[in-house]
Amino acid sequence: MSRVRVLVGTHKGAFALESDGKREKWDIAGPHFPGWEVYHMKGSPADPNRLYASQTSGWFGQLIQRSSDGGKTWEPMGNKFAYDGTPGTHKWYDGTPHPWEFKRVWHLEPSLADPDTVYAGVEDAALFRTTDGGQNWQELPGLRNHGSGSCWQPGAGGLGLHTILLDPTNPKRIYIAISAAGAFRTDDGGTSWKPINRGLYSQYIPDPDAEVGHCVHRIAMHRSRPNVLFMQKHWDVLRTDDSGDSWRNVNGNLPGEQVAYPQKDGTTKKFDLKGFGFVIDVHAHEPETIYVVPIKSDSQHFPPEGKLRVYRSRTGGNEWEPLAKGLPQSDCYVNVLRDAMAIDSLDKCGVYFGTTGGQVYASRDAGDSWAAIAQHLPAVLSVEVQTLS
Amino acid sequence: MIRVWLPAHLRTLARVGSEVTVEVDGRATLRSVLDALEARYPVLRGTLRDHITLERRPYVRFFACEQDLSLDSPDTPLADAVAKGAEPLLIIGAIAGG
Repeated sequence: MSRVRVLVGTHKGAFALESDGKREKWDIAGPHFPGWEVYHMKGSPADPNRLYASQTSGWFGQLIQRSSDGGKTWEPMGNKFAYDGTPGTHKWYDGTPHPWEFKRVWHLEPSLADPDTVYAGVEDAALFRTTDGGQNWQELPGLRNHGSGSCWQPGAGGLGLHTILLDPTNPKRIYIAISAAGAFRTDDGGTSWKPINRGLYSQYIPDPDAEVGHCVHRIAMHRSRPNVLFMQKHWDVLRTDDSGDSWRNVNGNLPGEQVAYPQKDGTTKKFDLKGFGFVIDVHAHEPETIYVVPIKSDSQHFPPEGKLRVYRSRTGGNEWEPLAKGLPQSDCYVNVLRDAMAIDSLDKCGVYFGTTGGQVYASRDAGDSWAAIAQHLPAVLSVEVQTLS
Repeated sequence: MIRVWLPAHLRTLARVGSEVTVEVDGRATLRSVLDALEARYPVLRGTLRDHITLERRPYVRFFACEQDLSLDSPDTPLADAVAKGAEPLLIIGAIAGG
């Protein structure tokens, strides 16, 4: 019988939740690395017992942990993330040049084929790779050096490279996203990169349709259709059908509000904005079914009306339905962070997300109904799921 | 023999008790003690000092003989009491965060 393992990174350690394929009863193991922030934890698709975790601390810096037995035991690996060459500067919040400084690993993306190869998205934004199971990490410098790197500015949470999508049909193609620079693509295995932000419009930056500078929160892909991507941007949900060459807004009927932004001419203009949020993910078996969790605004960061609702579109965007059965529908003021949603591959697929209030919610029926499978964890930073046979 | 006291998180990481001992060649300084500590426990590399610049991480502090050594040059000789093992070098995670 199939089993499911949910890997949860939190503000104060890591947890692994396991169940059989019924997904009714869950065993919680942890905390691993208690007291440390675990930004992300993910298993290798090529060897599900091989797990990697990003363990970080404001005091003691970055560690990378590796497990070869499905999370029972862990071993610290290499933690030296040195930028290639002279790092130079990016823009600081006030627009002044700021030296590139490594702070932490936001996201670990194991290779689809090799358990020893892992990509790491870091703050300040850069992409690193190990090919020896995490002992040594080398930057893929073509991303930072492709031309716009000196213009990148951090989002409120830092200049983090948070999304790494590997094309299952083309090992040379990788998509990444950075807050607040935007999305980028390589077609040659990471040597050269280009911005893929055409069609993005951000009212809150000086040039609303600039090539870079957009606050992309998350991108998701269905493995059967790697040229179609779905994006949760700061205030919008978008999709591309041409590998990021052009994007279009699919907010549709998502909840929103009117927000005023200053314009170039000194005036203030009000915009009807919908769909602020962080997470986005795709159904395991239906490539046009996508999930988001709308959050009230960029300043409030909690669900509209105190009601925690996942929104599902079965039409690849534009038409959205709220999913609330089993989720708190009053006085709920948690957030769902960008790496905190995952989907298993059982039939019906399971959908999982974690909150800053320490709950992990799961749906066994593709979102129709929900139940908390952990309720009192530290603030959840990331959620990944492994479907095990 | 120089005694070094580690903060709790780094004891767990290095799988040691609260105090470890290291040997240094020549005059004991913060730099030579940290070099010896990292050589004996490589997992601590990068947790106390930056990998590349070898500068102290901002929230790591060094104390000995009731003195804060954190802002001293890493090449300042340590007190004889530390060099002879009578007093430990204390490595502390700064109290921060409320």
